[in-house]
Amino acid sequence: MDKEFFIYVLISCIKILIVFGVIQFMIISMIWIERKVMAHMQVRLGPMRVGPHGLLQPIADGIKLLFKEDIIPERADKLLFVLAPAMSLVPALITFAVIPFGDKVQIFGYSVDLVITDINIGFLYIFAVGSLGIYGIVMAGWASNNKYSLLGGIRASAQMISYELTLGISLIGVIMLTGSLSLVDIVNAQAKLWNIVLQPVGFFIYAISALAEVNRTPFDLPEAESELVAGYHTEYSSMKFAMFFMAEYANMITVSAIAVTFFLGGWQGPFLPPVAWFMIKLSCCLFCFIWLRSTYPRLRYDQLMHLGWKFLLPLSLLNILITGLVMVLKG
Amino acid sequence: MEAYLFYIMAAVAVVSAVYLIFEKNPVYSILYLVMILISIAVLYLLLGAQFIAAVQIIVYAGAIMVLFLFVVMLLNLSAKEELKDALSFQKIPAIVMGIVLLSAIGIILRSKIPLGKQGEYTSAYVHDVGNTQLIGKLLFTKYLLPFEITSILLFIAAIGAIILAKRK
Amino acid sequence: MITVTHYIVLSAILFTLGVVGVLIRRNAIVVFMCIELMLNAVNLSFVAFAHYLHSMNGQLFVFFTMTVAAAEAAVGLAIIVAVFRNKETVNIDDINIMKW
Repeated sequence: MDKEFFIYVLISCIKILIVFGVIQFMIISMIWIERKVMAHMQVRLGPMRVGPHGLLQPIADGIKLLFKEDIIPERADKLLFVLAPAMSLVPALITFAVIPFGDKVQIFGYSVDLVITDINIGFLYIFAVGSLGIYGIVMAGWASNNKYSLLGGIRASAQMISYELTLGISLIGVIMLTGSLSLVDIVNAQAKLWNIVLQPVGFFIYAISALAEVNRTPFDLPEAESELVAGYHTEYSSMKFAMFFMAEYANMITVSAIAVTFFLGGWQGPFLPPVAWFMIKLSCCLFCFIWLRSTYPRLRYDQLMHLGWKFLLPLSLLNILITGLVMVLKG
Repeated sequence: MEAYLFYIMAAVAVVSAVYLIFEKNPVYSILYLVMILISIAVLYLLLGAQFIAAVQIIVYAGAIMVLFLFVVMLLNLSAKEELKDALSFQKIPAIVMGIVLLSAIGIILRSKIPLGKQGEYTSAYVHDVGNTQLIGKLLFTKYLLPFEITSILLFIAAIGAIILAKRK
Repeated sequence: MITVTHYIVLSAILFTLGVVGVLIRRNAIVVFMCIELMLNAVNLSFVAFAHYLHSMNGQLFVFFTMTVAAAEAAVGLAIIVAVFRNKETVNIDDINIMKW
């Protein structure tokens, strides 16, 4: 009993360390990939100086940020100003606790699930944690004592509350088809057919809401540089700024992982090992983020609210209704 | 383990509540309330109410408190605080009344709480079926009418809020 | 061993702190937050009794309470914003006339 518990804790700790390390690595490489891909889409070369094809650029950026002076504005609220970056990074990272990234594997005779923990309210956990991420941004906006930051924070809170609603409702169709809130069950149920085939409207709504939820172009109003300088992180420098940057990329990876789990079959796929399939699908989703960023212009604020409340919300409710009707009619 | 978690969370909740009522800055008050809400959510998990714990964080901490924060930031209340206190004589009686209320509740509690008859949903049964599934089943059978009425209530609240907030 | 009494005592303490907050604070938003604290204290006792009585009813009641709290927050904050537009204050001592 005692020994089993010890091994369980040990395996969990190793899984957490591996997932954490992989996410950190992905964040760092995403920064380089984003600059490179966007540059080539705009017929530029992007970073070329540091290392072959600018491959060492993220390291150079990291060193630069590390050695910059850490400025806290005179009239800022010191405590919240320091806490805010951590408050936005932590929720983005702990969502990964319930996302399955592979099938069961046998290691030294122990059967290990490739998910940190499989809880029966996985879906609710994702939203509970995701809804807390907003505090970091709002607090940063308020604590900076700067009008651009404050405006960015207010915009972020309104936008994230509005789109969290459609984000949650768009996934309910999948929950109805699976009959379980556990993410492992949802992935297992997609062995034959991916949910994107059965729930195309749900995926469409999820994709748009996820873009808005992580404040990426075309929904990057909280940090619109042409009107708000840099939005909520105007006053941040050095590692605190780096943490906001990491939070943005961690959020992107998180929502992509949720999309893969709910709509694109998770780790399911032929020939290649499950973890490889998961990473391939995740990379495709992340590429779409960059693609959209270099394609679309920013929305106006009222357009954003119209889209969320008057188009996406009714559409997602209709999606639930039709899913339910079809399920009843087919028995 | 369970006992330690209870005492830690109870301490966090009570200390945050004390800070909440004596904090001058409304933004900090909101953060203290969020801490109370999260510690209560952990207590719900200890009591085996996973669904309620998740809803507590999604609805309370994630939506209602953000709305409070939004209003405080929009009105920029943090600058001007309660400068003049028209009813300062109220403060001491209020605290005395609080102590009296607490001791009254304590006296009632000492006289052994009569526990009613045990229901059918034992921990093992709930664990087998699933907390969320049971709540869903009850909401759409036994509690269907209240459930529908709350949807009307929310609808009316949404209309009311829009009308109140609209500029003439 | 944690019994139902532990939870009820905690609930009572939080409820009392909520009452004291309502009585001594003058900022309408803080008063509002103390009311939310009182609602939460009662919710905690509901869930505790539901757990120790092997019943589901307490949890469902909490669900309904949360719905009511959400509706209350939406309307209440809208009222506070409307009052602030007219009177430039949220101090409840200054909001003492029914009409202007």
